[in-house]
Amino acid sequence: MPEMPLTGEARLAQMAQAKARRSRREKAIEAVLLLAACVSVFTTVGIVYILLKESFAFFTHVSLWDFLTDTQWTPLFDDAHFGIMVLLSGTLTSSAVALLVAIPLGTIIAIYLSEFAGHKTRETLKPVLELLSGVPTIIYGYFALLFVTPLLQKLFPELPGFNVLSAGLVMGIMIIPYVASLSEDAMRAVPMGLREGSYAMGATRFQTAVRVVVPAAISGIASAYILGISRAVGETMILAVAAGMQPSLTFNPMEPAATITSFVVQVALGDLPHGSVGYQTIFAAGLLLLLLTLAFNMLGYWVRRRYREAY
Amino acid sequence: MNNPNPSAPSSFGDTVAGSPAARTEQIRALIRVAKRWDHFFALLGLLAMMVGILTLVALFTEMVIDGLPRLNLDFFTSFPSRRAGQAGILSAWVGSILVMMVTALFAVPVGIAGAIYLEEYAKKNWFTDIIEINIANLAGVPSIVYGLLALGLFVYTFGFGQSILSAGLTLALLILPIVIVATREALRSIPKHIREAAYGCGASQWQVVQDHLLPYSTPGILTGVIIGMARAIGETAPIITIGALTFIVFLPPVPGTGEPPAGMFDWLFSPFTVMPIQIFNWTSRPDPAFHQNAAAASLVLVVMTLGMNGLAIWLRYRLRKKIKW
Repeated sequence: MPEMPLTGEARLAQMAQAKARRSRREKAIEAVLLLAACVSVFTTVGIVYILLKESFAFFTHVSLWDFLTDTQWTPLFDDAHFGIMVLLSGTLTSSAVALLVAIPLGTIIAIYLSEFAGHKTRETLKPVLELLSGVPTIIYGYFALLFVTPLLQKLFPELPGFNVLSAGLVMGIMIIPYVASLSEDAMRAVPMGLREGSYAMGATRFQTAVRVVVPAAISGIASAYILGISRAVGETMILAVAAGMQPSLTFNPMEPAATITSFVVQVALGDLPHGSVGYQTIFAAGLLLLLLTLAFNMLGYWVRRRYREAY
Repeated sequence: MNNPNPSAPSSFGDTVAGSPAARTEQIRALIRVAKRWDHFFALLGLLAMMVGILTLVALFTEMVIDGLPRLNLDFFTSFPSRRAGQAGILSAWVGSILVMMVTALFAVPVGIAGAIYLEEYAKKNWFTDIIEINIANLAGVPSIVYGLLALGLFVYTFGFGQSILSAGLTLALLILPIVIVATREALRSIPKHIREAAYGCGASQWQVVQDHLLPYSTPGILTGVIIGMARAIGETAPIITIGALTFIVFLPPVPGTGEPPAGMFDWLFSPFTVMPIQIFNWTSRPDPAFHQNAAAASLVLVVMTLGMNGLAIWLRYRLRKKIKW
């Protein structure tokens, strides 16, 4: 049946109908897209809910005071102690070693790439940094345990096979790209006019870099450092493989130690029943880890806002 | 502005004294020292880069020396074994690929849709701000915390168990911020007049997205997706946390095979292992023969991730050269 072309009122009604259909479709699509955007919010809510729920159950067995002050960490023994200080000491020591590597090297590389290297050098060296951050951390763990530790044992013969030092060093190298690329972004955002002013005064590249560009970019550089700290605190596999998962309250990097993250791995590898105190322990440890990294991320955000030089 | 002595810049005037010749010599010395610092720092920068490069070289050399002899066809087609010489990565690479499929099927559509909403639809209000801050914060959450979320939520609350589905969804949540940020950047780089021209022809908002914005931003989105997947395939901590097993000598059921025939989606709920976990397991054994297996498996994994990263870098490089609006 050939359709008659509609005219007048009928045509208008048809067009209005089509328009209504189209606008319904648009509304539906927008709702679906909004739902997808909200998945990230659900994720955060889920993380906070799960960690708080299990931690709450944990703190009905263990007092918060013991958790913060006890100097032993033996949650899986009969004589259970839950002193988080022990795990924190491991996390702090390993992060300190890593940052002692990553911050100086990352800063030097950032200054070099932003102020010294020519266009061609920069374009060839930057992908190398990206490759460095693309290697899976488990492989860095393997490298720390089976390459760096034997190497360090030649220098320090008394170094045990599992130690925080080699894990921390490798972790530092892993973090270099994060520190370097964020710092470099900050330095490159410094307007050319400042550099030209400095050169016009007779300053050399080094003087310009250190006395003009770095101070002008300091907020971005500081937030790069803070992101590096947050990475180091959350890093898991290098420490689980190479630092030996033995909880001990020590700040000596030459000894094995457990960190918050490697403890979670250790428990997950075992066979703890769902709902036991041991099972809840990893959520309490996770909550602390989340709070630590969140604090660093917020500090970074604040530093960037507070000390930003606006041009 | 009358400088009484134009030949001596005022900044040097305080520190330099004596006859003009001596003064010039002093200034020269000053410049020499300053220039020496320049050369010194350029060298220092290269040395610092060398630390990174040498680490990569050492890493590869170590893996190749230890692992290459183990890399043969049998290594890819054998299950793990108590005898190091017969062990292989069959269950690990199959598991990795299946988990990645689940991850991609969830993270890619959800990530792209979320990014389209935030970039094209969202009004500037407090709710949008919350989503944005949220995504920025999620990118900084350590991966092991995602593992704890999955353990509490997917494994026990939803009852997915320690399965491929749980692992895939966990990694999908982990890489969601990466996909969203990359997609938003790709969308933002499309100039406004493209959208205005389409609206001018009577296109609806979704038609603009579907017919113009998505096709033009595909390379950028693809780069983000590949980088996200490369990150996911190397992630170990969250998958260990949900309790993936380390010794799997069977493959997930293929739909329609076995007795009774496996259902279409049974493989999703199958126990599994993935490449990084197999490497972790072999690395943490004291027997050096297993370390060779770990090296060989690491070599396979690193070739996979670096290959994906390399592809993404190349894609971005090409993109930057080619597109001129």
